[in-house]
Amino acid sequence: MYENEPAFFETSPKPGVVGKPLDRVDGRDKVMGRAKYSAEYPLPGLTYGVLKTSDIAKGRIQRIDTSAAQKEPGVLAIYTHENLPKLAKTPNDPDGKKAIGAPMGFLPMTSDVVHYAGQPVALVVADTFERATHAARLVQVTYAAEQPIAAYTDPKAQLFNPEKIQDGKADGYTRRGDARAAMASAPVKMTAVYTHAINHHNPMEPGATTAIWEGPDRLTVYESTQGVTRTQKALSTMLGLPQDQVRVITKYLGGGFGCKGSCWPHTVLTVQAAKALGRPVKLVLTRQQQFTSMGHREDQTQTLSAGATQDGKLLALIHEKTATTSPWDNYTESNSKIINMLYECPTFESHYELGRANVMTSTFTRAPGEAPGSFAIECLMDDLAYKLGIDPIEIRLRNYAEKDPSTGQAWSSKGLRECYARGAELFGWSKRNPKAGQTRDGRTLVGWGMATASYPVHNSQGTARVRLYADGHAVVQSGATDLGTGTYTVMTQVAADSLGLPPEKIRFELGDTKLPTAPNSGGSVAAGTVSSSVYMAAQDVWERLTKMAIKDPKSPLFKAKPEEVVMEKGRLQLKKNASKGEDFKALMKRAGMDDIEGSGQGKYGAGYEAGQSTAAAGDAHKDEAAKHSMHSFGAHFCEVHVDPDLGTVRVKRWVSVHAAGRILNAKTARSQIIGGSIFGIGAALMEATARDPHYARYTNADLAEYHIPVNADIPEMTVEFIDEHDPFINAMGVKGIGEISMVGVSAAVANAVFHATGKRVRDLPITPDKILGTKAV
Amino acid sequence: MNNFTYLQATQAKEATAAVRDSKDAAFIAGGTTLLDLMKLNVENHGQLVDINMLAFKGIEQTSDGLRIGALERMSDVGENPLVLQNYPAVSQSLLLAASPQLRNMASIGGNLLQRTRCGYFRDTAFPCNKRQPGSGCPAQDGENRGLAILGTSKSCIATFPGDLAVALVALDAVLLLENAKGKQRRVPLVDFHLLPGTTPQKETVLEPGELIVSVTIPAAAHARKSTYLKVRDRTSYAYALASAAVGLDVQSGTIRSARVALGGVGTKPWRSLAAEKILTGAPATEATFRAAAAAAVRDAQPREQNRFKVELAQNTLVRALTELTTA
Repeated sequence: MYENEPAFFETSPKPGVVGKPLDRVDGRDKVMGRAKYSAEYPLPGLTYGVLKTSDIAKGRIQRIDTSAAQKEPGVLAIYTHENLPKLAKTPNDPDGKKAIGAPMGFLPMTSDVVHYAGQPVALVVADTFERATHAARLVQVTYAAEQPIAAYTDPKAQLFNPEKIQDGKADGYTRRGDARAAMASAPVKMTAVYTHAINHHNPMEPGATTAIWEGPDRLTVYESTQGVTRTQKALSTMLGLPQDQVRVITKYLGGGFGCKGSCWPHTVLTVQAAKALGRPVKLVLTRQQQFTSMGHREDQTQTLSAGATQDGKLLALIHEKTATTSPWDNYTESNSKIINMLYECPTFESHYELGRANVMTSTFTRAPGEAPGSFAIECLMDDLAYKLGIDPIEIRLRNYAEKDPSTGQAWSSKGLRECYARGAELFGWSKRNPKAGQTRDGRTLVGWGMATASYPVHNSQGTARVRLYADGHAVVQSGATDLGTGTYTVMTQVAADSLGLPPEKIRFELGDTKLPTAPNSGGSVAAGTVSSSVYMAAQDVWERLTKMAIKDPKSPLFKAKPEEVVMEKGRLQLKKNASKGEDFKALMKRAGMDDIEGSGQGKYGAGYEAGQSTAAAGDAHKDEAAKHSMHSFGAHFCEVHVDPDLGTVRVKRWVSVHAAGRILNAKTARSQIIGGSIFGIGAALMEATARDPHYARYTNADLAEYHIPVNADIPEMTVEFIDEHDPFINAMGVKGIGEISMVGVSAAVANAVFHATGKRVRDLPITPDKILGTKAV
Repeated sequence: MNNFTYLQATQAKEATAAVRDSKDAAFIAGGTTLLDLMKLNVENHGQLVDINMLAFKGIEQTSDGLRIGALERMSDVGENPLVLQNYPAVSQSLLLAASPQLRNMASIGGNLLQRTRCGYFRDTAFPCNKRQPGSGCPAQDGENRGLAILGTSKSCIATFPGDLAVALVALDAVLLLENAKGKQRRVPLVDFHLLPGTTPQKETVLEPGELIVSVTIPAAAHARKSTYLKVRDRTSYAYALASAAVGLDVQSGTIRSARVALGGVGTKPWRSLAAEKILTGAPATEATFRAAAAAAVRDAQPREQNRFKVELAQNTLVRALTELTTA
């Protein structure tokens, strides 16, 4: 099956660096402080913008008194809805929102209306950050306040069933077979309600924008974003400029987790301020503002019902989700998708219900839908296992989906069985006590839990450019973003192997709309798409060089057929006679060329199955690929120690095994899985933003009170990958691991808590108050 | 944050007079709470008087007990051999608090004056009687999971957030204060913090311009055998949901003397004489500890979200007593 993999793949395990634990190529710059983030460009004439945000959650602005603030030294301008220049387009109407690709159908400071607490109402620009901060405080806003609605749980919240959710990308209602009938006749029935607290992404680097107008209609923005092109498109649409007149640069990103996947209001407000003032403006959100500026994971309740046979085979799944959304959008994570595809089950039904409240629109948060959805289905599978006396892995194997139940398609690849087996082996699962609440270590109760992970490979494409120099080095470019997870490094590795050069001879550039277009770094698409683009661009270079060689009478390859020529460690040679060939440097020197360029496109579904060459594989196999369902899979195993008197839960051991196609760098991949698992442990045990029920305003918007795990919460973590070759997904066979790393994590923890205590906590996070009163059964 | 002037005081009198004579001056030592609250505009001071140059230093044995200068840093005190040996609860309360960076900056005096973490207090968009007397207390029916169950009032249910004060109040610590006239007075720590009542803005007995000079902890058998247990949402760098500082002198299975204080549950560091009364003279058994714990929270007035603290505080106290007698 893999004999037709391109030469690159055949050679890479030998001298190649793909897959090797290469140190980060940008590591030294980061620890030396040389890596510049979007708020770190010292520009001439730079000014500082600070937002004034709304104290109320609903109402109208009656008056904004800026007189005191204006008098402060250094204050250059104060912008409000009354004096900001009008935009060509706003997201305030559905067409505008769609054209912009805005995450929210409302742009603050376009009117006097206040829809949520923390909404920007004024932007103060001064010559220093401190002066702008002080002046912002002096801006006096008088409101006509109304009673806000804080959440879908408020009796006054208007609940409705949306036809579409997630900005129209997913259905609000799904039905496969007759789940109600199947449920009614099922011998075993279970129903449970799962709640999830509001979570905030909280990247280390907050939202940050530096806007410079290079001319009356030419803009450069240093932006903290997961996608320079999406930001470019959003800004140019709002400003009414041709897309190419807006340049967006993100050389380094201090985390994103989804909140930087869209262009949020503070960015365009900064751009407008810079235009009106005629000077560059930099704006960095405070940590408090971060909680109301770039979305969040919404507060939500899921009700999941299952019907099953006595031996644990699923017959029906019915899923209902109720969540809070903003006054204008129907955004909610699509939890049901993973529930519909994770296990073989003949019938399925899902409904969504949303409640409008005075909050900003929520947005994708690491594994959007899959994270909370997996919490429900994976806890329910655990409950079913205990109820029927079946081992939790065994019940999952009994329901193992050999093809995607939600579409009926075959999997492009699925290594889940191997993940279970290897994870169980690493964890010592066979020694598990089948009964809950039986294992003690002194005063603490010990529990083991596991859960399945899965995440789709999303449709995506991108481009890359390679410039190979005759002296044996190369510059490789693609406008992708490195969230801090290692894109610079893995693309350097891919380029090195694709060009037959050592990695130190490669410079990989990203994060600029001047570079070839890459997709948003989100939804786990970057690694697969960008690596495939780089690989295809390198192939393009070799094809050009091959064409040169076979036409060059001085070349040993003169008059060879192109398909007979391969590249091996930078040398063009005959496939069947390696001694006949030459180094590319010699060929280029003879032709008087200093460099040669190639470009390539990485495409979803353009894998190498049955391809003669990857270049051909591109489109020829798209049809074949379309017949497949493409997912990563994995399994988490967890040991917790629960103190039943004090309510504390501590994760003591962790094992994650994933099958995610080709792994580009063993070290950065391991780090990313560890990071995602910790993200999930945070959601499981401590992360919760509290919103006051009367004021619709957060009461713990800082990192002292919004708890994310500290080192002391996290044990040594074991991470492994199953060697998986997926011939369909893309040219590199890379599935991506950013999202799957946190899918199933909260369920694994909750399942371990149940095993320890015999108490099922379905309300995340599992804080001490929810454990108290636990007695071992 | 507003603009302010900065004065570095070299003499106590210079510092105390500057603060007394100003409407809006404040002392700054480590600044770990003050600057935070100034950035949030919860505190607005026109002048900061830096007291770090004052001679309020030293950790030494005196005839009254261990004297700790108010400007000693949390980390230094927490790791001091005399503290470790004779007042383990004090050391533990310091080292379980905050983060190493904060402990290296924060002073002992400042730590005793640490202000509440109540989310309504820390956000000026909310009404708050402590911040703006008479404006109201939305915490009563709001997000009150972390707030107090003991010593509350209709005006305020804000938790005293510190750890050190809980250990010190249990072990009968006495503060030495000095006012702008250079006059010194001694105040037992248990009397230093005030209940919110109808004036939650008034948190201590400090007069305008008065400074904490030092803390003295009497030597005692129950101080040498003492411990501090802290329960929180994450393993480190979090405020207590409940904590207990306990000291016991047990001889032949009978408790000769006992000291009990609770943290994370009171509007001030919560010394429980009722619990001590039950413990003193009683056998050191779980039944005794349970009875003491029940007495400690008898007057608890929980709100909707912090009801669990009634049980958690008791379990924390019982665990601390148990660990002390089985270790």
